[in-house]
Amino acid sequence: MLPARPEPAHELAQRGIKLTLDTPAENVGSTHLLEVRNLATRFATADGYVQAVDGVSFHIDEGEILGLVGESGCGKSVTSLSVMRLIPNPPGEITDGQVLFEGTDLQQISEHEMRRVRGGSIGMIFQEPMTSLNPVLTIGRQITEVFEIHLDLKGKAARERAVEILNRVGFPDPSRRFDDYPHQLSGGQRQRAMIAMAISCNPRLLIADEATTALDVTIQAQILELLQSLCDELKMALLIITHNLGVVARYAQRVAVMYAGKIIESGTADEIYAAPQHPYTKGLLASVPRLDASARDRLTSIEGEIPDLADLPPGCAFEPRCRWAVGRCRIESPVQVSIHPSSGISARIDHQVACWESENIADGTALERQLS
Amino acid sequence: MTTPLAGHGSPDPRESTVDPDTNTTLSVHDLKVHFPLSSGFLIRRQTGAVKAVDGVSFDIAPGETLGLVGESGSGKTTTGRAILQLQRPTSGSVQFRGVELTAISAKQMRPFRSEMQIIFQDPYGSLNPRMNAGQIIGEPLTVHGLAGDKAQRRERVTELLERVGLNPAMMGRYPHEFSGGQRQRIGIARALAGEPSFIVCDEPVSALDVSIQAQILNLLTDLQAEFNISYLFIAHDLSVVRHISDRVAVMYLGKIMELASSEDLYENPMHPYTRALMSAVPIPDPVLERQRERIVLAGDIPSPINPPTGCVFRTRCPIATEECAEVVPELTDRGNRHQVACIKV
Repeated sequence: MLPARPEPAHELAQRGIKLTLDTPAENVGSTHLLEVRNLATRFATADGYVQAVDGVSFHIDEGEILGLVGESGCGKSVTSLSVMRLIPNPPGEITDGQVLFEGTDLQQISEHEMRRVRGGSIGMIFQEPMTSLNPVLTIGRQITEVFEIHLDLKGKAARERAVEILNRVGFPDPSRRFDDYPHQLSGGQRQRAMIAMAISCNPRLLIADEATTALDVTIQAQILELLQSLCDELKMALLIITHNLGVVARYAQRVAVMYAGKIIESGTADEIYAAPQHPYTKGLLASVPRLDASARDRLTSIEGEIPDLADLPPGCAFEPRCRWAVGRCRIESPVQVSIHPSSGISARIDHQVACWESENIADGTALERQLS
Repeated sequence: MTTPLAGHGSPDPRESTVDPDTNTTLSVHDLKVHFPLSSGFLIRRQTGAVKAVDGVSFDIAPGETLGLVGESGSGKTTTGRAILQLQRPTSGSVQFRGVELTAISAKQMRPFRSEMQIIFQDPYGSLNPRMNAGQIIGEPLTVHGLAGDKAQRRERVTELLERVGLNPAMMGRYPHEFSGGQRQRIGIARALAGEPSFIVCDEPVSALDVSIQAQILNLLTDLQAEFNISYLFIAHDLSVVRHISDRVAVMYLGKIMELASSEDLYENPMHPYTRALMSAVPIPDPVLERQRERIVLAGDIPSPINPPTGCVFRTRCPIATEECAEVVPELTDRGNRHQVACIKV
């Protein structure tokens, strides 16, 4: 039923096509497919530096789906662009941290090598396919271009392979649509074309940055189901960057929640949704209208506004909006600590939270203190 | 007919036209908005029409919220605009408190403009960047003659700003100085200035962040309870619509597929499109998500220029048969005011 899937990396390797890096895996001690350690990215503005990403650490294992959630301006897109080294410099600058991909630090390799990673072993798709696609080239040409650059595949062979991939991503009538220009396609089809380009070299990791946000819900469901099936089939890891807590709950195995440039909580999806520890995560979950909630239940909103990154408070960035904040929160930025998984849920012990008061909130001490 | 002025003695022209028997704020019947398509080089003639809204009927009671949900191109925004006569309907009837709006002139429509308001999706695009918050909110007061002198106007603007949760000290600020959530509050304050009994909320929270969305939804709910305003709440997000609405109408290609109470629609969705739409909306609960049925519709929404014959949904419908290509399904009541347009359920 399905067309031949893109060949696995080892088969391509036998034909002399390399998808991995030349540099032998320097063992930097990472056992994960992607491990980001203490990443920091800042932008120079007229008002001084803005620390868009401030000490972010997370990891993704092979075939895993990680959801990176947060509201606008929290640094989730800058994080993914930093991983891909796509931050324009100036004004942007990665000031610290390591990005270990298959054991190699992507911050250390040459730009030439990095180009082989982008679109090769790491694919990326964006929110607005119309602006990411070249309007004067046909869809087919844009996909075969990827083959030329990464696999040295040209002409008829490239075309056949492209049609195969278009078919795999659910393009109706791929051999005819091959010659279509982006404007002739619907939003969903454009996103499928983007996915086709991103997976054409059989990447180990796909980064989807708000890839379905602009699409209608029924089309969003189609695209996400496609991405999930591609992950299963190609043993590809997926980083879903979104503000949609529902999408993450449906597809991700693990979740990292960002606020003002930091990851404030991370863990398995089951843990985070059933027992959120950070007041922001709790607030976010309580403020979303749920399809299954009884109508007219009042939403618990988080008061105040998202902070301005150029003017962050010295302590915890969430402190001005937090009902549990104590003196310490105003002065010291909280550190990430591991917490034990809540009872009844099987989870690896990797639930981490950055909040001084999380323990007191969990055991009710904070509430008692506020009541007294 | 005269434009109402602030004088207390002069009879309000709105009063005289109101039918005291109706218990509906708004009654829409068989509303159609078709945009003509023409072709030809020297002699242009109409060759077709985009049927943006094609026979929509519903009522809204005082203080009630009717949710209008649908994907892009379903005609939900055009429906809202046609009700306000911002877009004159091709045919059909729109009765506001017993007055047939499609039959009156733009001038006769003016007294209703303050009573029927609209809140837009993009608060930045809908606020004049050269006017400060005070002027934006004060303008409808002047236009509709709702505030006497300058001092009264200022007082009313202060009151409105406070009511929508903004500091009146911000009156002198311009739209770009506000955050997205604050701008939407200004848009709401401007709508409230006309003392409306009906507001079309066109995707009012879609552009906002999750934590801000909840603030605005709560504000809209509070205002409705306080002033007994009816809402037509247009959105693509079914979770938001279900949360705020008493009843929900699901639109697809210019037609209502299903209309039921918010509770009923979720508990017992009957139309195959509603079921698919509902299934496509993820719930923020991974455990629950693993148990949910997932219906993934194939293909895209067809073009409204050339909609499918019979039922417009049949090309993507999992249960469609040949009969569906011939019969145009009527919206029929299946009991408990639950209306469905499908011959298969």
